[in-house]
Amino acid sequence: MADINMFEGPHGTKPRKAFSRSNILLYGTLIMVAMYYLLPLYVMVVTSLKGMPEIRMGNVFGPPIEITFEPWVKAWSTACTGINCDGLSRGFGNSVRILIPSVVLSIAISSVNGYALANWRFKGSEVFFTILIIGAFIPYQVMIYPIVILLREMGLYGTLWGLVLVHSIFGMPILTLLFRNYFTSVPEELFKAARVDGAGFWGIYFQIMLPMSLPIFVVAIILQVTGIWNDFLFGVIYTKPDLYPMTVQLNNIVNSVQGVKEYNVNMAATLLTGFVPLAIYFISGKLFVRGIAAGAVKG
Amino acid sequence: MENPSVSIKSLNLNFGSVKVLKDLNLDIGRGEFLVLLGASGCGKSTLLNCIAGLLEITGGQIFINNKNVTWEQPSDRGIGMVFQSYALYPQMSVRGNLSFGLKNARMPKAEIARRVANAADVLQIEPLLNRKPGALSGGQRQRVAIGRALVRDVDVFLFDEPLSNLDAKLRADLRVELKLLHQRLKNTMIYVTHDQVEAMTLADRIAIMKDGLIQQLDSPNKIYNRPINKYVADFIGSPSMNFLEGNLVGTSFITGDIKINLKGYEFVEGGRPGGASWFGIRPEHVVVDEKAQFNMDIFAELVEPMGSDTLVWTTVAGRHFRFRMDGQAAVKTGDKMQIGFDPSRGSLFDVASEERM
Repeated sequence: MADINMFEGPHGTKPRKAFSRSNILLYGTLIMVAMYYLLPLYVMVVTSLKGMPEIRMGNVFGPPIEITFEPWVKAWSTACTGINCDGLSRGFGNSVRILIPSVVLSIAISSVNGYALANWRFKGSEVFFTILIIGAFIPYQVMIYPIVILLREMGLYGTLWGLVLVHSIFGMPILTLLFRNYFTSVPEELFKAARVDGAGFWGIYFQIMLPMSLPIFVVAIILQVTGIWNDFLFGVIYTKPDLYPMTVQLNNIVNSVQGVKEYNVNMAATLLTGFVPLAIYFISGKLFVRGIAAGAVKG
Repeated sequence: MENPSVSIKSLNLNFGSVKVLKDLNLDIGRGEFLVLLGASGCGKSTLLNCIAGLLEITGGQIFINNKNVTWEQPSDRGIGMVFQSYALYPQMSVRGNLSFGLKNARMPKAEIARRVANAADVLQIEPLLNRKPGALSGGQRQRVAIGRALVRDVDVFLFDEPLSNLDAKLRADLRVELKLLHQRLKNTMIYVTHDQVEAMTLADRIAIMKDGLIQQLDSPNKIYNRPINKYVADFIGSPSMNFLEGNLVGTSFITGDIKINLKGYEFVEGGRPGGASWFGIRPEHVVVDEKAQFNMDIFAELVEPMGSDTLVWTTVAGRHFRFRMDGQAAVKTGDKMQIGFDPSRGSLFDVASEERM
């Protein structure tokens, strides 16, 4: 039997104190910063659960004395946005109907673009890629009016599909770059092996590349969902009032000038609008980080 | 060559303005095991990719089984290919990997099952068929990769450094298996490597490449014993050949105060019998304390014991000179010893052209 006392002096792992000075400093800072970032959210949540009389008493940080969900219900179904008074529910529906086709379309096109640019180098593919990337740097404002004219000529101005088209096009440069970089990091020999095995352009895309690239698709979905959901500018320009997305409606509720400012309803409406991107982050945060990291290794 | 399995006619390949392969001609016989050997960047993998159809060539023709496949897709060329990184499809099981190519060729299910079972039997990977590649060891993965070429039932196998990712012991084991596989299947195999041991042990013929050109295409024995130029002589053999720079006068090679009588040396026909030249002798052809046709005294400057044998470094005529001794020999740095060799086992190269003389 080995005697524990056979070692004189320090041996094995060095013991560490849980409450050392550096730990207190580190965790203290982290907790402070986290609280600083969470404070606005806290204020919004508690305010949205208070009645108006309680808000007028002015204790912004205090928890609600009497919890009420009335503001939430009002924000969702009866708040007035200009002419109609059916709350955010209409905007939510519009946003979903804009979001789903835009996300699907932009990701479908960009992933194929990225795959072609990464694996099927054709004459001029680099030039094509450069042009696409330059597209990512042109300010949106420059293109607003030309797009109005284009959509009008196509008969899509003021329709949901017009907005879907705009979102899909504006998502393409950055998504193509994302997918291209990811697919470049896939070993080239895998692609060669599939070619020897007789798989064609679509065969390799669907059977080899797609199953390998879940993380990057998650990244693309998150980018697009948050980007399109939070979009205000295109929504207000390219659609009509009864097709306004949720963000535009939120603005109309919050900025309506008639009567008293109902802070609790405004807070509830804002939280409702922010719910979708928030949920997406919570559900897929881990995959998001993995996908970003995977794309960054090469390319 | 009559009825070659693979025939490459004046193949050119440029990447932009860089000429990677230059007017390359090569005939590979049926059932031959040809090894393309060379340092990194010599164009050997590029040549293999051209044969596979994975790279579009700039000029020339490629024939496989007497069929011009220059414009054919890789899958239509009748080749199977094995890659260095195994390149197994990670999301498919081993069975899926083996049958992917056959499914693409719309082969009936029963035939696919038969071929997969057959390949699995040959390579002894039946217990692995339902596993994913991620759950396999390096050696198992490479077996599966070979299996993927095997199920295609083709005449020509292409190997792109298939053993380079394996550790030394496994590499030696798989090397033997590959040789057995070739003896059994008798397919044409073209094998790219930078490992000269693999080349020497596996090949029927070795093509040594440099800068997109084939330097020498010969049997391993010829390449080892009668290298065609100084590059090949230096490249083949480990530790590499010793070179002495001097002059050829009559039938003697003179460097400094050393004169080596070249009696018995076979000169190349039409070779230049005189002038500035290199004399090369392999470390393993040097004998110690034995009467040889040429003898000299040296001091051991550095001793590298390797167990099986011992490598001794010294200086001859101002150049490093190493020779191999028995592993049990007791040699110390500074020992004086007599070494010798048979000059007919050496090689003479012209200094200007570096061609064999």
